[in-house]
Amino acid sequence: MSLVISDDFRDSFFQECEDLLEAMNDGFRLMADDQHEMETVHAVFRAVHSIKGGAGAFGLDALVDFAHHFETALDKLRSGKLELDDDVMSLFQRCGDHLADLVVAARDGAEPAADVSAQLHTDLEEIIGTPRDEGTEAPDFMPLGLDMDLSLPSMSLPGQRSFVIEFEAFPELFRSGNEPALLFRTLSRLGTLSVEAETDKIPALDALDGAQPHVTWRLTLETESSEGEIAEVFEFVEGLCRLEITEMDAPELPIEAGPLPTLEELTGGAPTLEEIVETEDAPAKTARAAKPGAAKPENASKAAGATIRVDLERVDKLINLVGELVIKEAMLSQSINQMGLPSESDVSVGLESLKQLAGEIQEGVMAIRAQPVKPMFQRMSRIVREAGTATGKRVRLITQGEHTEVDKTVIERLVDPLTHMIRNAVDHGLETPEDRRAAGKPEEGTVILSAAHRSGRVMIDISDDGAGINRPKVRKLAEEKGLISPDAELSPAEIDNLLFLPGFSSKDEVSALSGRGVGLDVARSEVQALGGRVSITSTPGEGTTFSISLPLTLAVLEGMVFDVAGQTMVVPITAIQETLQPKTAEIQPIGQDGRVVVNRDKLVPIVDLGEVFGFRRAPESLDNHVLLLVETDNNRRCALIVDGIQDQRQVVIKSLESNYGHVQGIAAATILGDGRIALIIDPDGIIRDAGGHAVGDFHFAATG
Amino acid sequence: MRSVTSTLLQRGNTMLDEMTNTRSMDREVVAFRVAGQDFCIDIMSVREIRGWTETTILPHAQRYVKGVINLRGSVVPVVDLSERLGLGQIEPGPRHVIIITVIGSQTVGLLAEVVSDILTVNDNTMQPVPEIASESARAYISGVVVAEEKMIRKIDLARVLPTSGKEAA
Repeated sequence: MSLVISDDFRDSFFQECEDLLEAMNDGFRLMADDQHEMETVHAVFRAVHSIKGGAGAFGLDALVDFAHHFETALDKLRSGKLELDDDVMSLFQRCGDHLADLVVAARDGAEPAADVSAQLHTDLEEIIGTPRDEGTEAPDFMPLGLDMDLSLPSMSLPGQRSFVIEFEAFPELFRSGNEPALLFRTLSRLGTLSVEAETDKIPALDALDGAQPHVTWRLTLETESSEGEIAEVFEFVEGLCRLEITEMDAPELPIEAGPLPTLEELTGGAPTLEEIVETEDAPAKTARAAKPGAAKPENASKAAGATIRVDLERVDKLINLVGELVIKEAMLSQSINQMGLPSESDVSVGLESLKQLAGEIQEGVMAIRAQPVKPMFQRMSRIVREAGTATGKRVRLITQGEHTEVDKTVIERLVDPLTHMIRNAVDHGLETPEDRRAAGKPEEGTVILSAAHRSGRVMIDISDDGAGINRPKVRKLAEEKGLISPDAELSPAEIDNLLFLPGFSSKDEVSALSGRGVGLDVARSEVQALGGRVSITSTPGEGTTFSISLPLTLAVLEGMVFDVAGQTMVVPITAIQETLQPKTAEIQPIGQDGRVVVNRDKLVPIVDLGEVFGFRRAPESLDNHVLLLVETDNNRRCALIVDGIQDQRQVVIKSLESNYGHVQGIAAATILGDGRIALIIDPDGIIRDAGGHAVGDFHFAATG
Repeated sequence: MRSVTSTLLQRGNTMLDEMTNTRSMDREVVAFRVAGQDFCIDIMSVREIRGWTETTILPHAQRYVKGVINLRGSVVPVVDLSERLGLGQIEPGPRHVIIITVIGSQTVGLLAEVVSDILTVNDNTMQPVPEIASESARAYISGVVVAEEKMIRKIDLARVLPTSGKEAA
């Protein structure tokens, strides 16, 4: 069999590695929470083992070597020879992180970090006691090639038990690249094994189906091991074979086994394992040739066929097409409306159901892009560990709602800001263990990362149980840096929001971890670029919570359609707090041409959208206009003058950037029912823009 | 060995010359009028020609950017060529046309008075822009060709396109 493995297989190996690493991390988390069962340890072991196996097939030696040592230690754990304490757990997690690094290095063809491997290897050896002899156990999965060595010990010792194992392989077993001979070899290490092949079922040559296994085996094993240990040998082929293990009670089962000495004779008489392997070789090879790509041990418990991998481009194309469909549908219904048909006419009824279908298709297609946040959360647990080590704090990350689904692009672009905020929570949020003890808290700090759907948006919260924001200190720092004037009156929430000012770092000394000059302002602007908002709540002594609110998708948004200076525009509904009639609202002039409106006992600056965009001069009288009260992240509010509100509806987001570029104050474009383009405004950008004058009187003048 | 290689190379070069020659011999261009002058662009960069439709105005845009239109679901900016070339703004009406062009990954519409013809021009007859032409006109014109007793200016599309909104803002 040729070992030239195409890139396709290589890719699918690395994709599978991602899944396996996820399973491993899942297991580790359960173990760290002390909620694991033996099966969890097995699952972690299987994951590492499968990575090793696959890596062996691709000749990724560094990966194989490290996975092997890791697996050895895990094996000790699952056989109960190693106690799982905090140190072991932390080492295993570091090993898991490094394994992930090695996988990435192997995928990108980068140089693996050999020194880290060596260090962890030494640590692992320390934990499991005596270093293992390197030579004795090469990775036990190889693409193919058997060198059987069946020097079975022929002494039957007292205390040994006898088992009869009936084993019948299903075709799937061969298809997933498993090999009975290897299983038997492993079994033979447990004790004295004799193998008997039942060849009765093999049909005549002309009726032989090469893909169907016809041989069943009957194995007799004398061993000190328990039934569980025997079953473990077969754990990778679980569900792929029929397996019956029965313990033989010498007197009661005389027909099969007889007294122990007889067994020895049986062993001599039975065909040797090599012979059987020879017999079985032909069908096995056929089966393997049918699907060479599966030449790695599959995790049998994984439900095959439940998911498919699709090229992202195809999905995006589909999303674009569905977007067109929705627009076309809107255009059609608009022209039909103009024909003045009665609403119960066939055309109108048909159109209505078409509209519904189009909406459902759109939702369905969007759902394809939606991904659970779980992998991202798992990456964060690593960030927490590293941050904890770097700061000398003991931190525990609790994740909640990790099955919450968000658009793939949102997830990808959220990694950086989230990483920053997590580091921030560990570095700045949590106190040192000494301070925590003094405050009567457990030494181990907790960071909770949670995700949930809330009213059409995704909320991601990062909470720590630290000391909370030290508001007097924050205020003092902001004054020292000239970010606020000393006599400014700030509410607690406003002080908290100072953390988001560019160039603000609240730690006394810039730490290597999170105080690198790029502060939370960068994280926040990254979230804003996704159409998200960040808010902050803090209770002294109890902790701080950063909340990120994100749109579910980047493809559609719920918007309010309005007119200004003859142009039709859209504002995201999430930004709108309320709409006001200037006639009834209390409007006060401020300065030369500034105006404010009184709303809920607060002064809100008024900005004319027409003027901001250079369409017109701001109107003298607002009587025939409407005010849209919009709010941005740091609770800045602003009333936008528009000429009239048309409608509230879902709009498909179209990029302006691809053919033109970014426009200040504009987030994107959309296509209206009449086929015209409407611009979607970016309230944050407008408020920043207008910051020069109208909003300038606000507290955060320095944010500009 | 070396002689074989060089022969092959020579032959390859000759073939390449022939190929480029034949292509340059017969280049098709779309000719159109802007502000009373004749211009042309390579037909390969023209995707379609459509009548004037009202644009959606882009805030903070340069004067020569008329706004954006919906071209089967994509947002396409429209450039007023006359203004871009320093010949004064066009007040577009129903008789005007938008030439949809594609350069690289960018799709841009060019506003013109009328599309006059599709011409076959010979690259060898293409002349450099006369030195006397104004600086702004020369910046956007790659050459001049005389066809059907008219002087037609070939537009350097890449320079006419609004490169980015930031520049325009």
